Amino acid sequence: KLKMLTNISNVLRACAQRNVAAVVMSARTYADFTPEATFEIKKCDTFKLDEAPATQVVLTRDEGLEYYRIMQTIRRMELKADQLYKQKIIRGFCHLYDGQEACAVGIEASINLSDHLITAYRAHGYTLTRGGTVKEIMAELTGRRGGIAKGKGGSMHMYTKHFYGGNGIVGAQVPLGAGVALACKYQGNNQLCVCLYGDGAANQGQIFETYNMANNRYGMGTSVERAAASTDYFRRGEFIPGLRVDGMDLLCVREATRFAADHCRSGKGPILMELQTYRYHGHSMSDPGVSYRTREEIQEVRSKSDPISMLKDRMLSNNMASIEELKEIDVEVRKEIEDAALFATTDPEPPLEELCNHIYYNDAAVEVRGTNPWAKLKSVS
Amino acid sequence: MSFLRGSFIDALVVLQMMVRDALNQAMDEELERDERVFLLGEEVAQYDGAYKVSRGLWKKYGDQRIIDTPISEVRAGLRPICEFMTFNFSMQAIDQVINSAAKTCYMSAGFQAVPIVFRGPNGSSAGVAAQHSQCFAAWYAHCPGLKVVSPWNSEDAKGLLKAAIRDDNPVVFMENELMYGVPFEMSEEALSKDFVLPIGKAKIERPGNHVTLVSHSRCVGHCLDAAAVLAKEGIECEVINLRSIRPMDTDAIEASVMKTNHLVTVEGGWPQFGVGAEICAKIMEGPAFNYLDAPVTRVTGVDIPMPYAKILEDNSVPQIKDIIFSIKKTLNV
Repeated sequence: KLKMLTNISNVLRACAQRNVAAVVMSARTYADFTPEATFEIKKCDTFKLDEAPATQVVLTRDEGLEYYRIMQTIRRMELKADQLYKQKIIRGFCHLYDGQEACAVGIEASINLSDHLITAYRAHGYTLTRGGTVKEIMAELTGRRGGIAKGKGGSMHMYTKHFYGGNGIVGAQVPLGAGVALACKYQGNNQLCVCLYGDGAANQGQIFETYNMANNRYGMGTSVERAAASTDYFRRGEFIPGLRVDGMDLLCVREATRFAADHCRSGKGPILMELQTYRYHGHSMSDPGVSYRTREEIQEVRSKSDPISMLKDRMLSNNMASIEELKEIDVEVRKEIEDAALFATTDPEPPLEELCNHIYYNDAAVEVRGTNPWAKLKSVS
Repeated sequence: MSFLRGSFIDALVVLQMMVRDALNQAMDEELERDERVFLLGEEVAQYDGAYKVSRGLWKKYGDQRIIDTPISEVRAGLRPICEFMTFNFSMQAIDQVINSAAKTCYMSAGFQAVPIVFRGPNGSSAGVAAQHSQCFAAWYAHCPGLKVVSPWNSEDAKGLLKAAIRDDNPVVFMENELMYGVPFEMSEEALSKDFVLPIGKAKIERPGNHVTLVSHSRCVGHCLDAAAVLAKEGIECEVINLRSIRPMDTDAIEASVMKTNHLVTVEGGWPQFGVGAEICAKIMEGPAFNYLDAPVTRVTGVDIPMPYAKILEDNSVPQIKDIIFSIKKTLNV
């Protein structure tokens, strides 16, 4: 009894500190966890929409544990990539996603694996949520044969079923995303495409060309979503309705995506989601990330809005999980990352015989000219 | 008896078909054969196509499969035919053609196929001036991951377009506006629904012993005209219609050069880093080099942006007299 009281008082104190609004559904003994709880989340700003995503949402214990695990996996995976990059085991480009886990996990929570998703180069998190494994993602970063693209693609070019990368050219993925949505409409399969881009792409002409095509008598199931620092991106569609979403809150992202997916699937056409999110790292590994913002700002976001901490606090303060349980997940995740890193650093590089493979798909073997006229290499599909 | 009579009558039925109709027939047949195939491009639907190549298709297949669009690109599970009103406009989408289409199969280690055809008129036309007259054969053929095809006559157009549509890879299919209205004989075989020509194989349009002429697209016709003139002077030209720029049928060129000992390439595009330049390099690197009695000669478009005035335009592209002149120089006659 004393233990329980102590526990509740700890929880209440934590509540007050974190300013997390929560309703405890029922108080049980320490051994029983609350199976689900209702949470109040921020209201989304809307544009050209009569309704908005719900502000009271339910999270079950099982969901919470699953989201926690995946977000923590993304977090640890990205931090490990940072480490390996600094050790020069990963080379070239590496754009890290830590801080933004709520977006990838929240979106996936409200769509199906049979839906489609395409994003830009900050893609490791999505490769995971879309069915990739940590092992094959990390081995791709280190350029090994066990990588998800056999070492041929690297950080920016990872693919899984219904996940079209990983795209290096800013904005190019947006028309591609519209095309995927067109294919969904064409095939009448009630699937949708989530097409992500950032502030950089937001001003590109091809984005507006895509808005035009997506809306122009197609009624495609394209839901376009972006991460933005400020300004009203969600209104930029002009004739496309929009939502502005707290991208640091997994439950917000999940609910907004549910709303957006319903909007698309009911034939109302495309919708823009502006996810206000935050990356802890710089743009890429060559950007320290502090020339355009202060360390204090990063620290403040970390302490007040970290998506993983937010979920953890919610679950703990509602007795939906124990701290030990979450620590256990941390340990398991850490092990998974370590095992993956070991694989990624010990797996051999792709064999030279496969250098020229996969130029074409489903084609007869061809000869490929090497660096000199006598170097006749072989390419198979 | 009736069998013999049947084949006699068949032999008499020789159909003339314009290149645009051959293209239309190819697309019609492939749209019917595979419901994943669809056509998009500027004015392809209700307008029947800027050059009428897609005439009648929208009426037959409807909005779902024939789509009017701004210049942009789509793929994923479907098999789009993307029409560029001219390949000059493809530069608006060239990043997609190269970075999203050509490279994707390789970057994904064979996981993500891109079965798309980019087609439209390429090269010079008549009086459309510099921004609408460029030949893009060399630019696209430079890139691994693409296939680049350049038909000349109606049979080429139909057989190669069907092959391109059925190919699981991105194919750049370069037509020629001035050829759209030119009629050619179509064999019965060519009229069948399964007439497909292999990509990567050239055709010897005219055999000869004295010099090999290698060309693609409209210039093939000029080569044949030049060959007809020279035949009267006792010079027999072997005219090779490349049909495919990438992959190129190097074997066919080499076999011919090893027979004739002389090579002249003819193209409408600019000389520097062009199709002829590539053929020269290939010949140098292969067995045919030792059979050359003279350096390879390239006949190309003049190295300038295309001018507008007719007299200037006429003198900016290879004429039959230029081809004849070059052949005689190569043969040293």
